Amino acid sequence: MELFVFVCAAAMVLVGAIGVITRNNPVHAALSLVLTLFGVAVLFVANNAHFLAAVQVIVYGGAIVVLFLFVIMLLGVDQAEDLSTEPLTVQRPLALVVGVGVAGVIIAAVVKSQDALFARGAGINSATVQDADANIRQLSRSIFSDYVFAFEVTSVLLLIAVVGTVVMSRRQHGHQVEESA
Amino acid sequence: MNMAVIEPTTSWYLILAAVLFGIGTVGVMVRRNPLVMFMCIELMLNAVNLSFVALSSSLSDINGQTAVFFVLVVAAAEVVVGLGIIVSIMRRRSDATADDLSVLKG
Repeated sequence: MELFVFVCAAAMVLVGAIGVITRNNPVHAALSLVLTLFGVAVLFVANNAHFLAAVQVIVYGGAIVVLFLFVIMLLGVDQAEDLSTEPLTVQRPLALVVGVGVAGVIIAAVVKSQDALFARGAGINSATVQDADANIRQLSRSIFSDYVFAFEVTSVLLLIAVVGTVVMSRRQHGHQVEESA
Repeated sequence: MNMAVIEPTTSWYLILAAVLFGIGTVGVMVRRNPLVMFMCIELMLNAVNLSFVALSSSLSDINGQTAVFFVLVVAAAEVVVGLGIIVSIMRRRSDATADDLSVLKG
């Protein structure tokens, strides 16, 4: 059963990811991204990370992809991009070589260190398996005790992001008004 | 609970994450639309998140999931700021690709 879930979710992830980089319409690429994100969320559930799976669906699938689609519609760049011409002559083969190389090196490292890495792993956390709430409880205890300072800094980061975005779009707006006047 | 059949081990998740990361890398290098390049960066972030969660589950350590939580927050902030920059660039020139953004070249 777990194997079946893994195979289905992995297929979702890979098909979506390949769709993102091969679809020439940005809207289709964004929808492929949704497929990948849901597949990753399923794999989170399979690893007993229930809270993160919910956050993944809500924040990524619900907010970030909608933001992408919104920007695509707002800018009107939803016409298909011409992918048949290659801007730089050897760019694509070279990029493919680098991508396969990166993935290959990581896979080689994983396979090589398999025994050393997981010899001490005690398997799935028993507390998480018994009680579905335990995952959230453990996570919140970790965030609000060990990493409470990082959590507070995160709020500053979000505030800066919001203020920065507002400032950027406001200045653009003032510029346009100035031009038209 | 049938535990007898083949179960995916942590290495499978890590290998899947590596492949996903590679696809994202290729996408960033190949695509010229800044929005799609952004989506490929999201793919790479998700690959890293997946390996964090897989290792957190395999080592029974909740701190991996804490790291994913912070990565999610930072990714959301990054998307907001990045899309703001892309919008303000693309307003000036509607059909911008990454190749056309060489105005700052010295």
